[in-house]
Amino acid sequence: MHVLFEPGFFTDGPVRLALVLGGAVAVVSGLVGVLTVVRGQSFAGHALADIGAAGGSGAFLLGVNPLWGFVVLGLAAAGSMELMGLQRARSRDVATGIVLGAALGLAALFLYLDASYTSTTGVTTTVLFGSIFAVSGSIVPVAAAFAGVAALAVVVLFRPLLLASVNPELAAARGVGVRMVGLAYLLAMAVAVSLSCLTIGAILSTALLIGPAGAALRLTRRPGRAMAVSAALGVAAVWLGILLSYDSYYWPPAGRGWPVSFFVVALVFLFYLASSLRSPRHGHRRGAR
Amino acid sequence: MVDTLWVATLVAMVAGAVGFFTVLRGSTFVAHALPQTAFAGAAGAALLGADPLLGIGTFAVASALGVGWLSRRGRSDVATALVLVLMLGLGGLFLALSAQYSSQVYSLLFGEVLGVSTTQLGPTAGLTAGSLVALALLGRPLLLEAVLGAAADPRGRHRRWLEGAFLVLVAVATTMSVPVVGALLMFSLMVGPPAAARHLTDRPWRALLLSMGLALATVWASVAAAYLSNWPVGFYVGVLGAGVYGTGRLWAARRRRRRGAHLAG
Repeated sequence: MHVLFEPGFFTDGPVRLALVLGGAVAVVSGLVGVLTVVRGQSFAGHALADIGAAGGSGAFLLGVNPLWGFVVLGLAAAGSMELMGLQRARSRDVATGIVLGAALGLAALFLYLDASYTSTTGVTTTVLFGSIFAVSGSIVPVAAAFAGVAALAVVVLFRPLLLASVNPELAAARGVGVRMVGLAYLLAMAVAVSLSCLTIGAILSTALLIGPAGAALRLTRRPGRAMAVSAALGVAAVWLGILLSYDSYYWPPAGRGWPVSFFVVALVFLFYLASSLRSPRHGHRRGAR
Repeated sequence: MVDTLWVATLVAMVAGAVGFFTVLRGSTFVAHALPQTAFAGAAGAALLGADPLLGIGTFAVASALGVGWLSRRGRSDVATALVLVLMLGLGGLFLALSAQYSSQVYSLLFGEVLGVSTTQLGPTAGLTAGSLVALALLGRPLLLEAVLGAAADPRGRHRRWLEGAFLVLVAVATTMSVPVVGALLMFSLMVGPPAAARHLTDRPWRALLLSMGLALATVWASVAAAYLSNWPVGFYVGVLGAGVYGTGRLWAARRRRRRGAHLAG
Protein backbone atom coordinates (compact mmCIF):
# COMPACT_ATOMS: atom_id res chain seq x y z
CA MET A 1 0.00 0.00 0.00
CA HIS A 2 2.75 2.39 0.93
CA VAL A 3 4.54 1.70 -2.32
CA LEU A 4 1.64 3.22 -4.19
CA PHE A 5 0.52 5.94 -1.81
CA GLU A 6 3.33 7.79 -0.08
CA PRO A 7 2.56 8.39 3.60
CA GLY A 8 0.30 11.35 4.22
CA PHE A 9 -1.40 11.37 0.84
CA PHE A 10 -4.93 11.22 2.19
CA THR A 11 -4.41 13.35 5.28
CA ASP A 12 -2.69 16.33 3.65
CA GLY A 13 -5.03 19.35 3.41
CA PRO A 14 -3.88 20.86 0.09
CA VAL A 15 -3.82 17.43 -1.56
CA ARG A 16 -7.37 16.71 -0.45
CA LEU A 17 -8.54 20.09 -1.75
CA ALA A 18 -6.69 19.47 -5.02
CA LEU A 19 -8.38 16.07 -5.40
CA VAL A 20 -11.84 17.56 -4.84
CA LEU A 21 -11.41 20.68 -6.99
CA GLY A 22 -9.50 18.87 -9.73
CA GLY A 23 -12.13 16.16 -9.87
CA ALA A 24 -14.96 18.71 -10.12
CA VAL A 25 -13.17 20.62 -12.87
CA ALA A 26 -12.49 17.39 -14.76
CA VAL A 27 -16.18 16.45 -14.66
CA VAL A 28 -17.38 19.84 -15.94
CA SER A 29 -14.66 19.98 -18.61
CA GLY A 30 -15.49 16.45 -19.68
CA LEU A 31 -19.19 17.31 -20.16
CA VAL A 32 -18.56 20.58 -22.01
CA GLY A 33 -15.69 19.03 -23.96
CA VAL A 34 -17.84 16.45 -25.75
CA LEU A 35 -19.88 19.24 -27.33
CA THR A 36 -16.67 21.16 -28.10
CA VAL A 37 -15.19 18.23 -29.98
CA VAL A 38 -18.44 17.40 -31.79
CA ARG A 39 -18.71 21.01 -32.95
CA GLY A 40 -15.03 21.08 -33.94
CA GLN A 41 -14.28 24.05 -31.69
CA SER A 42 -11.13 22.81 -29.97
CA PHE A 43 -9.27 25.90 -31.07
CA ALA A 44 -11.88 28.18 -29.50
CA GLY A 45 -11.71 26.10 -26.31
CA HIS A 46 -7.97 26.50 -26.14
CA ALA A 47 -8.08 30.16 -27.15
CA LEU A 48 -10.50 30.96 -24.32
CA ALA A 49 -7.98 29.51 -21.87
CA ASP A 50 -5.18 31.72 -23.19
CA ILE A 51 -7.50 34.73 -23.25
CA GLY A 52 -8.48 34.00 -19.67
CA ALA A 53 -4.79 34.13 -18.84
CA ALA A 54 -4.70 37.67 -20.24
CA GLY A 55 -7.63 38.53 -17.97
CA GLY A 56 -5.90 36.95 -14.99
CA SER A 57 -2.72 38.94 -15.51
CA GLY A 58 -4.78 42.11 -15.97
CA ALA A 59 -6.54 41.44 -12.68
CA PHE A 60 -3.17 41.03 -10.95
CA LEU A 61 -2.31 44.49 -12.24
CA LEU A 62 -5.51 46.10 -10.97
CA GLY A 63 -5.26 44.24 -7.70
CA VAL A 64 -8.70 42.66 -8.01
CA ASN A 65 -9.54 38.99 -7.65
CA PRO A 66 -8.15 37.19 -10.74
CA LEU A 67 -11.48 35.40 -10.99
CA TRP A 68 -13.12 38.53 -12.38
CA GLY A 69 -10.37 39.01 -14.93
CA PHE A 70 -10.78 35.45 -16.18
CA VAL A 71 -14.56 35.61 -16.44
CA VAL A 72 -14.95 39.12 -17.86
CA LEU A 73 -12.35 38.76 -20.58
CA GLY A 74 -13.47 35.20 -21.38
CA LEU A 75 -17.09 36.25 -21.88
CA ALA A 76 -16.04 39.31 -23.92
CA ALA A 77 -13.85 37.18 -26.17
CA ALA A 78 -16.56 34.55 -26.66
CA GLY A 79 -19.00 37.33 -27.59
CA SER A 80 -16.65 38.93 -30.11
CA MET A 81 -15.78 35.60 -31.73
CA GLU A 82 -19.46 35.02 -32.32
CA LEU A 83 -19.98 38.63 -33.43
CA MET A 84 -17.40 38.22 -36.18
CA GLY A 85 -20.03 35.75 -37.17
CA LEU A 86 -18.24 33.40 -39.50
CA GLN A 87 -20.26 30.29 -39.92
CA ARG A 88 -17.94 28.14 -42.00
CA ALA A 89 -15.47 26.15 -39.95
CA ARG A 90 -12.39 27.48 -41.73
CA SER A 91 -13.20 31.16 -41.30
CA ARG A 92 -14.37 30.49 -37.75
CA ASP A 93 -10.85 29.39 -36.86
CA VAL A 94 -9.49 32.58 -38.41
CA ALA A 95 -11.88 34.67 -36.29
CA THR A 96 -10.75 32.78 -33.21
CA GLY A 97 -7.14 33.40 -34.17
CA ILE A 98 -7.65 37.14 -34.57
CA VAL A 99 -9.33 37.50 -31.18
CA LEU A 100 -6.65 35.30 -29.60
CA GLY A 101 -3.84 37.34 -31.16
CA ALA A 102 -5.25 40.59 -29.79
CA ALA A 103 -5.79 39.07 -26.35
CA LEU A 104 -2.26 37.65 -26.24
CA GLY A 105 -0.96 41.10 -27.10
CA LEU A 106 -2.83 42.44 -24.09
CA ALA A 107 -1.42 39.60 -21.98
CA ALA A 108 2.11 40.57 -23.03
CA LEU A 109 1.46 44.11 -21.91
CA PHE A 110 -0.19 43.17 -18.62
CA LEU A 111 2.54 40.70 -17.71
CA TYR A 112 5.20 43.26 -18.55
CA LEU A 113 3.48 45.86 -16.40
CA ASP A 114 2.94 43.31 -13.61
CA ALA A 115 6.64 42.57 -13.56
CA SER A 116 7.72 46.21 -13.63
CA TYR A 117 5.21 47.84 -11.27
CA THR A 118 3.88 45.30 -8.84
CA SER A 119 7.05 43.18 -8.64
CA THR A 120 5.05 39.97 -8.82
CA THR A 121 7.52 37.82 -10.69
CA GLY A 122 6.54 34.41 -11.89
CA VAL A 123 3.02 35.49 -12.85
CA THR A 124 3.63 33.99 -16.30
CA THR A 125 4.26 30.52 -14.99
CA THR A 126 1.50 30.73 -12.39
CA VAL A 127 -1.10 31.78 -14.93
CA LEU A 128 0.00 29.28 -17.58
CA PHE A 129 0.85 26.23 -15.54
CA GLY A 130 -1.32 26.92 -12.52
CA SER A 131 -0.61 25.27 -9.23
CA ILE A 132 -3.34 22.99 -8.08
CA PHE A 133 -1.68 22.52 -4.67
CA ALA A 134 -1.71 26.25 -3.98
CA VAL A 135 -5.43 26.82 -4.50
CA SER A 136 -6.98 28.59 -1.55
CA GLY A 137 -10.03 27.08 0.07
CA SER A 138 -11.97 30.34 -0.21
CA ILE A 139 -12.41 29.74 -3.92
CA VAL A 140 -14.52 26.62 -3.45
CA PRO A 141 -18.01 28.23 -3.26
CA VAL A 142 -17.38 30.40 -6.33
CA ALA A 143 -15.89 27.50 -8.25
CA ALA A 144 -18.88 25.35 -7.31
CA ALA A 145 -21.28 28.05 -8.55
CA PHE A 146 -19.40 28.28 -11.87
CA ALA A 147 -19.33 24.55 -12.30
CA GLY A 148 -23.07 24.46 -11.63
CA VAL A 149 -23.81 27.16 -14.20
CA ALA A 150 -21.72 25.47 -16.91
CA ALA A 151 -23.15 22.02 -16.22
CA LEU A 152 -26.71 23.38 -16.19
CA ALA A 153 -26.12 25.17 -19.50
CA VAL A 154 -24.88 21.94 -21.07
CA VAL A 155 -27.95 20.05 -19.89
CA VAL A 156 -30.37 22.73 -21.14
CA LEU A 157 -28.58 23.26 -24.45
CA PHE A 158 -27.82 19.61 -25.06
CA ARG A 159 -30.52 18.63 -27.55
CA PRO A 160 -30.86 21.83 -29.63
CA LEU A 161 -27.10 22.25 -29.70
CA LEU A 162 -26.48 18.72 -30.88
CA LEU A 163 -29.02 19.15 -33.65
CA ALA A 164 -27.57 22.53 -34.61
CA SER A 165 -24.07 21.02 -34.68
CA VAL A 166 -24.94 17.99 -36.78
CA ASN A 167 -27.45 19.55 -39.14
CA PRO A 168 -27.89 23.36 -38.96
CA GLU A 169 -30.52 23.49 -41.73
CA LEU A 170 -32.74 20.93 -40.06
CA ALA A 171 -32.31 22.68 -36.72
CA ALA A 172 -33.32 26.03 -38.23
CA ALA A 173 -36.36 24.41 -39.83
CA ARG A 174 -37.39 23.07 -36.45
CA GLY A 175 -37.29 26.55 -34.96
CA VAL A 176 -33.93 26.33 -33.19
CA GLY A 177 -32.07 29.65 -33.22
CA VAL A 178 -28.79 28.22 -34.48
CA ARG A 179 -26.75 31.35 -33.82
CA MET A 180 -28.27 31.99 -30.41
CA VAL A 181 -27.66 28.41 -29.33
CA GLY A 182 -24.08 28.66 -30.62
CA LEU A 183 -23.51 31.87 -28.68
CA ALA A 184 -25.03 30.46 -25.49
CA TYR A 185 -22.80 27.43 -25.81
CA LEU A 186 -19.69 29.57 -26.38
CA LEU A 187 -20.50 31.59 -23.26
CA ALA A 188 -21.01 28.41 -21.23
CA MET A 189 -17.67 27.16 -22.49
CA ALA A 190 -16.07 30.47 -21.49
CA VAL A 191 -17.38 30.02 -17.93
CA ALA A 192 -16.17 26.42 -17.75
CA VAL A 193 -12.75 27.28 -19.15
CA SER A 194 -12.33 30.28 -16.81
CA LEU A 195 -13.11 28.03 -13.89
CA SER A 196 -10.55 25.43 -14.91
CA CYS A 197 -7.91 28.03 -15.81
CA LEU A 198 -8.28 29.59 -12.41
CA THR A 199 -7.90 26.34 -10.52
CA ILE A 200 -5.55 24.26 -12.64
CA GLY A 201 -3.95 26.63 -15.19
CA ALA A 202 -4.38 27.22 -18.91
CA ILE A 203 -2.52 24.11 -20.12
CA LEU A 204 -4.46 21.60 -18.06
CA SER A 205 -7.67 23.40 -18.92
CA THR A 206 -7.21 22.62 -22.62
CA ALA A 207 -5.97 19.12 -21.92
CA LEU A 208 -9.04 18.22 -19.83
CA LEU A 209 -11.48 19.90 -22.22
CA ILE A 210 -10.29 18.19 -25.40
CA GLY A 211 -8.40 15.00 -24.50
CA PRO A 212 -10.96 12.94 -22.54
CA ALA A 213 -13.79 14.06 -24.84
CA GLY A 214 -11.78 13.16 -27.94
CA ALA A 215 -11.02 9.72 -26.51
CA ALA A 216 -14.62 9.16 -25.38
CA LEU A 217 -16.03 10.02 -28.79
CA ARG A 218 -13.80 7.35 -30.31
CA LEU A 219 -15.00 4.75 -27.83
CA THR A 220 -18.71 5.39 -28.20
CA ARG A 221 -20.90 7.25 -30.66
CA ARG A 222 -23.78 8.04 -28.31
CA PRO A 223 -23.40 11.59 -26.98
CA GLY A 224 -24.82 10.88 -23.53
CA ARG A 225 -22.58 7.90 -22.98
CA ALA A 226 -19.59 9.80 -24.41
CA MET A 227 -20.15 12.50 -21.79
CA ALA A 228 -20.07 9.97 -18.96
CA VAL A 229 -16.93 8.28 -20.34
CA SER A 230 -15.26 11.63 -20.92
CA ALA A 231 -15.94 12.84 -17.37
CA ALA A 232 -14.67 9.56 -15.95
CA LEU A 233 -11.47 9.66 -18.01
CA GLY A 234 -10.86 13.26 -16.95
CA VAL A 235 -11.27 12.48 -13.27
CA ALA A 236 -9.00 9.44 -13.61
CA ALA A 237 -6.28 11.53 -15.29
CA VAL A 238 -6.43 14.25 -12.64
CA TRP A 239 -6.44 11.93 -9.65
CA LEU A 240 -3.68 9.70 -11.02
CA GLY A 241 -1.68 12.79 -11.96
CA ILE A 242 -1.94 14.22 -8.46
CA LEU A 243 -0.96 10.86 -6.96
CA LEU A 244 2.08 10.50 -9.25
CA SER A 245 3.14 14.07 -8.62
CA TYR A 246 2.88 13.51 -4.88
CA ASP A 247 4.91 10.31 -5.12
CA SER A 248 7.51 11.93 -7.37
CA TYR A 249 8.79 14.07 -4.53
CA TYR A 250 11.72 11.71 -4.01
CA TRP A 251 12.33 11.05 -7.70
CA PRO A 252 15.55 12.15 -9.43
CA PRO A 253 17.07 14.45 -10.36
CA ALA A 254 16.19 17.31 -8.06
CA GLY A 255 14.08 15.85 -5.27
CA ARG A 256 11.61 18.70 -5.68
CA GLY A 257 8.83 16.72 -7.28
CA TRP A 258 7.63 16.71 -10.86
CA PRO A 259 4.82 19.07 -11.88
CA VAL A 260 1.23 17.81 -11.77
CA SER A 261 0.47 19.40 -15.13
CA PHE A 262 2.99 17.13 -16.85
CA PHE A 263 1.52 13.94 -15.40
CA VAL A 264 -2.07 14.88 -16.17
CA VAL A 265 -1.26 15.93 -19.73
CA ALA A 266 0.78 12.78 -20.35
CA LEU A 267 -2.05 10.59 -19.00
CA VAL A 268 -4.65 12.37 -21.13
CA PHE A 269 -2.47 11.89 -24.19
CA LEU A 270 -2.03 8.18 -23.40
CA PHE A 271 -5.80 7.76 -22.99
CA TYR A 272 -6.32 9.35 -26.39
CA LEU A 273 -3.74 7.10 -28.05
CA ALA A 274 -5.19 4.03 -26.35
CA SER A 275 -8.71 4.92 -27.48
CA SER A 276 -7.63 4.73 -31.11
CA LEU A 277 -6.71 1.08 -30.61
CA ARG A 278 -10.34 0.10 -30.22
CA SER A 279 -12.31 2.69 -32.06
CA PRO A 280 -15.69 1.51 -33.36
CA ARG A 281 -15.99 1.12 -37.14
CA HIS A 282 -12.53 2.44 -37.64
CA GLY A 283 -12.65 2.12 -41.41
CA HIS A 284 -15.56 4.55 -41.78
CA ARG A 285 -13.96 7.20 -39.67
CA ARG A 286 -11.65 8.68 -42.21
CA GLY A 287 -14.40 9.22 -44.70
CA ALA A 288 -16.72 10.71 -42.11
CA ARG A 289 -14.26 13.27 -40.87
CA MET B 1 18.22 48.65 -33.44
CA VAL B 2 19.31 48.14 -37.06
CA ASP B 3 19.76 44.41 -36.44
CA THR B 4 16.32 44.30 -34.87
CA LEU B 5 14.74 45.87 -37.92
CA TRP B 6 16.52 43.46 -40.25
CA VAL B 7 15.47 40.39 -38.29
CA ALA B 8 11.92 41.71 -37.92
CA THR B 9 11.78 42.29 -41.69
CA LEU B 10 12.88 38.73 -42.45
CA VAL B 11 10.42 37.27 -39.97
CA ALA B 12 7.56 39.38 -41.32
CA MET B 13 8.22 38.23 -44.90
CA VAL B 14 8.13 34.56 -43.93
CA ALA B 15 5.15 35.01 -41.61
CA GLY B 16 3.19 36.90 -44.27
CA ALA B 17 3.89 34.24 -46.91
CA VAL B 18 3.44 31.12 -44.76
CA GLY B 19 0.48 32.74 -43.00
CA PHE B 20 -1.31 33.26 -46.30
CA PHE B 21 -1.41 29.52 -46.90
CA THR B 22 -2.22 28.86 -43.25
CA VAL B 23 -5.30 31.07 -43.43
CA LEU B 24 -6.26 29.66 -46.82
CA ARG B 25 -6.11 26.11 -45.49
CA GLY B 26 -7.81 27.06 -42.24
CA SER B 27 -4.88 25.74 -40.19
CA THR B 28 -4.87 28.70 -37.80
CA PHE B 29 -4.75 26.42 -34.80
CA VAL B 30 -1.56 24.77 -36.06
CA ALA B 31 -0.01 28.21 -36.56
CA HIS B 32 -0.78 28.91 -32.92
CA ALA B 33 0.40 25.55 -31.62
CA LEU B 34 3.71 25.00 -33.43
CA PRO B 35 5.40 28.22 -32.27
CA GLN B 36 4.45 27.37 -28.69
CA THR B 37 6.07 23.95 -28.87
CA ALA B 38 9.35 25.81 -29.30
CA PHE B 39 9.05 26.55 -25.60
CA ALA B 40 9.44 22.84 -24.78
CA GLY B 41 12.41 22.60 -27.14
CA ALA B 42 14.21 25.52 -25.57
CA ALA B 43 13.56 24.28 -22.04
CA GLY B 44 14.71 20.76 -22.97
CA ALA B 45 17.89 22.06 -24.60
CA ALA B 46 18.64 24.12 -21.49
CA LEU B 47 18.16 21.03 -19.30
CA LEU B 48 20.61 19.00 -21.39
CA GLY B 49 22.95 21.92 -22.02
CA ALA B 50 22.44 21.70 -25.78
CA ASP B 51 22.08 24.47 -28.35
CA PRO B 52 18.61 26.03 -27.95
CA LEU B 53 18.10 26.36 -31.70
CA LEU B 54 18.68 22.61 -32.10
CA GLY B 55 16.18 21.85 -29.34
CA ILE B 56 13.57 24.19 -30.78
CA GLY B 57 14.00 22.79 -34.28
CA THR B 58 13.75 19.17 -33.12
CA PHE B 59 10.62 19.77 -31.06
CA ALA B 60 8.91 21.91 -33.70
CA VAL B 61 9.46 19.38 -36.49
CA ALA B 62 8.54 16.45 -34.22
CA SER B 63 5.32 18.26 -33.22
CA ALA B 64 4.51 18.98 -36.87
CA LEU B 65 4.93 15.31 -37.77
CA GLY B 66 2.94 14.30 -34.69
CA VAL B 67 0.05 16.58 -35.63
CA GLY B 68 0.09 15.21 -39.17
CA TRP B 69 0.18 11.61 -38.00
CA LEU B 70 -2.62 11.99 -35.44
CA SER B 71 -4.75 14.06 -37.83
CA ARG B 72 -4.91 11.17 -40.24
CA ARG B 73 -6.38 9.00 -37.49
CA GLY B 74 -8.91 11.40 -36.02
CA ARG B 75 -10.08 14.97 -35.84
CA SER B 76 -7.27 17.32 -36.68
CA ASP B 77 -8.21 20.06 -34.20
CA VAL B 78 -8.22 17.52 -31.37
CA ALA B 79 -4.82 16.24 -32.52
CA THR B 80 -3.40 19.76 -32.60
CA ALA B 81 -4.75 20.59 -29.14
CA LEU B 82 -3.33 17.41 -27.63
CA VAL B 83 0.12 17.79 -29.18
CA LEU B 84 0.16 21.41 -28.00
CA VAL B 85 -0.68 20.59 -24.38
CA LEU B 86 1.70 17.64 -24.36
CA MET B 87 4.53 19.90 -25.49
CA LEU B 88 3.63 22.61 -22.98
CA GLY B 89 3.44 20.00 -20.24
CA LEU B 90 6.88 18.69 -21.21
CA GLY B 91 8.21 22.24 -21.23
CA GLY B 92 6.84 22.77 -17.73
CA LEU B 93 8.51 19.55 -16.62
CA PHE B 94 11.89 20.52 -18.11
CA LEU B 95 11.59 23.92 -16.51
CA ALA B 96 10.81 22.44 -13.11
CA LEU B 97 13.67 19.93 -13.33
CA SER B 98 16.29 22.45 -14.34
CA ALA B 99 15.01 25.19 -12.00
CA GLN B 100 15.33 28.02 -14.49
CA TYR B 101 13.96 31.48 -14.08
CA SER B 102 10.51 32.11 -15.37
CA SER B 103 11.63 35.28 -17.14
CA GLN B 104 12.97 33.01 -19.88
CA VAL B 105 9.47 31.64 -20.37
CA TYR B 106 8.19 35.15 -20.78
CA SER B 107 10.78 36.05 -23.39
CA LEU B 108 10.17 32.85 -25.38
CA LEU B 109 6.45 33.44 -25.43
CA PHE B 110 6.42 37.16 -25.94
CA GLY B 111 9.82 37.86 -27.49
CA GLU B 112 12.75 40.12 -26.82
CA VAL B 113 13.01 41.63 -30.25
CA LEU B 114 14.94 44.66 -29.08
CA GLY B 115 17.70 42.39 -27.75
CA VAL B 116 18.59 40.87 -31.12
CA SER B 117 22.32 40.51 -31.75
CA THR B 118 24.20 40.52 -35.05
CA THR B 119 25.12 36.84 -34.73
CA GLN B 120 21.43 35.89 -35.00
CA LEU B 121 21.15 37.61 -38.35
CA GLY B 122 22.96 34.94 -40.41
CA PRO B 123 20.93 31.85 -39.40
CA THR B 124 17.69 33.83 -39.61
CA ALA B 125 18.46 34.99 -43.15
CA GLY B 126 19.39 31.44 -44.20
CA LEU B 127 16.18 29.92 -42.82
CA THR B 128 14.14 32.72 -44.36
CA ALA B 129 15.58 32.04 -47.80
CA GLY B 130 15.01 28.29 -47.36
CA SER B 131 11.38 28.78 -46.29
CA LEU B 132 10.61 31.11 -49.17
CA VAL B 133 12.15 28.74 -51.73
CA ALA B 134 10.19 25.81 -50.28
CA LEU B 135 7.03 27.88 -50.40
CA ALA B 136 7.67 28.83 -54.02
CA LEU B 137 7.86 25.12 -54.87
CA LEU B 138 4.82 24.13 -52.77
CA GLY B 139 2.76 27.22 -53.60
CA ARG B 140 0.86 25.98 -56.63
CA PRO B 141 -0.15 22.55 -55.30
CA LEU B 142 -1.08 24.09 -51.93
CA LEU B 143 -3.26 26.67 -53.60
CA LEU B 144 -4.91 24.09 -55.81
CA GLU B 145 -5.67 21.85 -52.88
CA ALA B 146 -7.02 24.70 -50.76
CA VAL B 147 -9.40 25.78 -53.51
CA LEU B 148 -10.47 22.45 -54.95
CA GLY B 149 -10.17 20.27 -51.85
CA ALA B 150 -10.15 16.55 -52.58
CA ALA B 151 -10.90 17.18 -56.27
CA ALA B 152 -7.36 18.49 -56.76
CA ASP B 153 -6.01 15.02 -56.13
CA PRO B 154 -8.87 12.53 -56.30
CA ARG B 155 -6.83 9.53 -55.32
CA GLY B 156 -5.31 11.33 -52.35
CA ARG B 157 -1.83 10.11 -53.16
CA HIS B 158 0.03 13.38 -52.84
CA ARG B 159 -2.24 14.89 -50.24
CA ARG B 160 -0.51 13.29 -47.29
CA TRP B 161 2.89 14.45 -48.48
CA LEU B 162 1.65 17.93 -49.17
CA GLU B 163 0.07 18.19 -45.73
CA GLY B 164 3.26 16.90 -44.08
CA ALA B 165 5.52 19.19 -46.09
CA PHE B 166 3.40 22.21 -45.21
CA LEU B 167 3.41 21.40 -41.49
CA VAL B 168 7.20 20.96 -41.52
CA LEU B 169 7.50 24.28 -43.34
CA VAL B 170 5.52 26.01 -40.59
CA ALA B 171 7.79 24.30 -38.07
CA VAL B 172 10.94 25.54 -39.79
CA ALA B 173 9.62 29.09 -40.06
CA THR B 174 8.82 28.83 -36.37
CA THR B 175 12.27 27.63 -35.39
CA MET B 176 13.79 30.61 -37.03
CA SER B 177 11.56 33.23 -35.52
CA VAL B 178 10.56 32.15 -32.03
CA PRO B 179 13.93 32.68 -30.31
CA VAL B 180 14.03 36.15 -31.80
CA VAL B 181 10.49 37.45 -31.73
CA GLY B 182 8.60 35.01 -29.49
CA ALA B 183 5.76 32.60 -30.15
CA LEU B 184 3.00 35.17 -29.78
CA LEU B 185 4.37 37.63 -32.30
CA MET B 186 4.88 34.89 -34.88
CA PHE B 187 1.30 33.71 -34.45
CA SER B 188 -0.22 37.21 -34.66
CA LEU B 189 1.70 37.88 -37.88
CA MET B 190 0.62 34.59 -39.42
CA VAL B 191 -3.08 35.36 -38.88
CA GLY B 192 -3.96 39.07 -38.93
CA PRO B 193 -2.27 40.39 -42.11
CA PRO B 194 -3.02 37.31 -44.28
CA ALA B 195 -6.67 37.28 -43.23
CA ALA B 196 -6.94 40.99 -44.03
CA ALA B 197 -5.28 40.44 -47.44
CA ARG B 198 -7.81 37.75 -48.30
CA HIS B 199 -10.66 40.18 -47.72
CA LEU B 200 -9.02 42.89 -49.82
CA THR B 201 -8.42 40.97 -53.04
CA ASP B 202 -9.65 37.77 -54.63
CA ARG B 203 -6.55 37.09 -56.69
CA PRO B 204 -4.33 34.63 -54.85
CA TRP B 205 -0.88 35.85 -55.86
CA ARG B 206 -1.78 39.47 -55.29
CA ALA B 207 -3.20 38.53 -51.89
CA LEU B 208 0.05 36.74 -51.06
CA LEU B 209 2.12 39.84 -51.83
CA LEU B 210 -0.36 42.06 -50.00
CA SER B 211 -0.18 39.76 -46.98
CA MET B 212 3.61 40.04 -46.89
CA GLY B 213 3.38 43.83 -47.26
CA LEU B 214 0.84 44.17 -44.45
CA ALA B 215 2.95 41.94 -42.20
CA LEU B 216 5.99 44.13 -42.90
CA ALA B 217 4.07 47.32 -42.14
CA THR B 218 2.71 45.82 -38.90
CA VAL B 219 6.15 44.76 -37.73
CA TRP B 220 7.90 48.01 -38.56
CA ALA B 221 5.21 50.09 -36.86
CA SER B 222 5.32 47.80 -33.81
CA VAL B 223 9.10 47.86 -33.46
CA ALA B 224 9.10 51.65 -33.75
CA ALA B 225 6.30 52.02 -31.20
CA ALA B 226 7.98 49.59 -28.81
CA TYR B 227 11.27 51.42 -29.15
CA LEU B 228 9.65 54.74 -28.34
CA SER B 229 7.33 53.62 -25.55
CA ASN B 230 9.36 50.80 -23.98
CA TRP B 231 6.26 48.57 -23.89
CA PRO B 232 6.61 45.00 -25.24
CA VAL B 233 6.63 44.51 -29.02
CA GLY B 234 4.23 41.59 -28.68
CA PHE B 235 1.53 43.93 -27.44
CA TYR B 236 1.76 46.19 -30.49
CA VAL B 237 1.94 43.32 -32.97
CA GLY B 238 -1.06 41.59 -31.38
CA VAL B 239 -3.24 44.67 -31.31
CA LEU B 240 -2.10 46.02 -34.70
CA GLY B 241 -2.55 42.59 -36.32
CA ALA B 242 -6.17 42.49 -35.16
CA GLY B 243 -6.56 46.13 -36.19
CA VAL B 244 -5.29 45.44 -39.72
CA TYR B 245 -7.78 42.61 -40.05
CA GLY B 246 -10.68 44.74 -38.76
CA THR B 247 -9.79 47.59 -41.12
CA GLY B 248 -9.49 45.18 -44.03
CA ARG B 249 -12.91 43.71 -43.38
CA LEU B 250 -14.58 47.10 -42.99
CA TRP B 251 -12.92 48.31 -46.19
CA ALA B 252 -14.04 45.22 -48.11
CA ALA B 253 -17.61 45.55 -46.78
CA ARG B 254 -17.79 49.22 -47.76
CA ARG B 255 -16.45 48.52 -51.23
CA ARG B 256 -18.93 45.71 -51.72
CA ARG B 257 -21.81 47.92 -50.61
CA ARG B 258 -20.75 50.73 -52.91
CA ARG B 259 -20.41 48.36 -55.83
CA GLY B 260 -23.85 46.98 -55.01
CA ALA B 261 -25.34 50.51 -54.96
CA HIS B 262 -23.61 51.29 -58.23
CA LEU B 263 -25.08 48.24 -59.90
CA ALA B 264 -28.55 48.95 -58.54
CA GLY B 265 -28.48 52.56 -59.66
